Amino acid sequence: MYDVVLDFLQHHWLGQGIVILLQCLAVTVPLLVAVAYMTYVDRKVWGSIQLRRGPNVVGPFGLLQPFADGLKLMLKETIVPSSANGILFLIAPIITFLTALIAWAVVPFSDGWVIANINVGILYLFAISSLGVYGVIIAGWASNSKYAFLGALRSAAQMVSYEVSIGFVLITVLLCVGSLNLNQVVLAQAGGFWHWYFLPLLPMFVIYFVSALAETNRTPFDLPMSEAELVQGFQTEYSSMPFALFFLGEYANMILLSALGSVLFLGGWMAPLPFLPSHAGWGVLWFALKIAFLLFVFSWTKGTLPRYRYDQLMRLGWKVFLPVSLFWVVLTAAVLQFGGWVPKG
Amino acid sequence: MASLDRVARSFLLTEIVSGFLLTLKYMFKPKVTVNYPYEKGPLGPRFRGEHALRRYPNGEERCIACKLCEAICPAQAITIEAEPRDDGSRRTTRYDIDMTKCIYCGFCQEACPVDAIVEGPNFEFSTETREELMYNKDKLLANGDRWEGEIAGNLHADAAYR
Repeated sequence: MYDVVLDFLQHHWLGQGIVILLQCLAVTVPLLVAVAYMTYVDRKVWGSIQLRRGPNVVGPFGLLQPFADGLKLMLKETIVPSSANGILFLIAPIITFLTALIAWAVVPFSDGWVIANINVGILYLFAISSLGVYGVIIAGWASNSKYAFLGALRSAAQMVSYEVSIGFVLITVLLCVGSLNLNQVVLAQAGGFWHWYFLPLLPMFVIYFVSALAETNRTPFDLPMSEAELVQGFQTEYSSMPFALFFLGEYANMILLSALGSVLFLGGWMAPLPFLPSHAGWGVLWFALKIAFLLFVFSWTKGTLPRYRYDQLMRLGWKVFLPVSLFWVVLTAAVLQFGGWVPKG
Repeated sequence: MASLDRVARSFLLTEIVSGFLLTLKYMFKPKVTVNYPYEKGPLGPRFRGEHALRRYPNGEERCIACKLCEAICPAQAITIEAEPRDDGSRRTTRYDIDMTKCIYCGFCQEACPVDAIVEGPNFEFSTETREELMYNKDKLLANGDRWEGEIAGNLHADAAYR
């Protein structure tokens, strides 16, 4: 009986389909729960920094607050402005949400625990995160509103600018690893936290993190939705589920960039000390802890830093990060070449 | 040397790091929030909250329908109608306050010669409909009966300063 089921799941097309579906569910369901609780953590962290309590009424310590919020959003009416382009208006949040989810296909959660262990994992991630801009632009354009349009323009310009330096950061890591496979990136950092790339590539890690803030439109780079000027940026006209999809997509993107950051610089699912177990479930635990730490820094940043001016944002992206990351790519390549550390990939 | 120092500082992000450390320190400080529905801040004896019509200790209502409160009310929220009662004393037949108009200035209780209309310590009287905020005489007298203890205490505490 067991053999039959196993054979069906491994060799029949329907069985394989079911396995893939279950794998997708196993990734997306915890991811969406994580997104829900990320909003909770955000509010709690900002609250603590401002000496407030944060949500504490719904459920013990306010732990059910995200679900109450989600339920509220689902019960609201979906309003499509009469002057908006209805179809694009509704497609835009779906694009944002989907691109934030499908990127997770190549993220290794533990040794070999990855839906699609493709050899160009990093390129795939980079491509997908670039596609996310389309959701924003379409939303801004289809809303047919000044605020939404300006917010979308800002958002697109900012995401494109900072993707350049993220690209250079990825190249630096690739030079050190010698492979585009994310699992290989993790394996190259085996053996304790002093082997992780955040130490030798610390400036690149900082640039990566700051660019990730800009990519996800988080403070100090949340100009696209700077409340005082643009209401909510490209989300201004959205309500109910479309808004919820944007919101989920944005937070899923944040978690994705944290995951990528921990794969590239914090050793992915590797345990921080070599004698600790990092196989199977343990790997997931270490990975989750690293992501949680980076997400905490995301919230911490929002509680600490004021918003950039738009010209400052562009100056930082093009005049500081681009030259610095370019210089660091060349430096890393030179050190690897002349130090004889070029990886055999 | 000074410029080198400046460059080093900006590249090492010293100011941002110190800002982060400051917010981290604040994260572990005790919260200043009053956990409102479960704990409440102190109220002074002059607090002007929900209105109440008071009675004398023998149960007789204080209001003598002089209409001074109606006259002084800047929002014109008070409506009074009066006629002599069977025993000949002058009393109100109608005493309405539109709580949606009231600005809680306290002039009515200042104007009242017999301390009948007062603004009590209650500030939690939100309603689900607008109509419920059109208070009539029964509602105001009921408020008086309900809050008499606090109101009398507050009047006594404040009397020395008047």
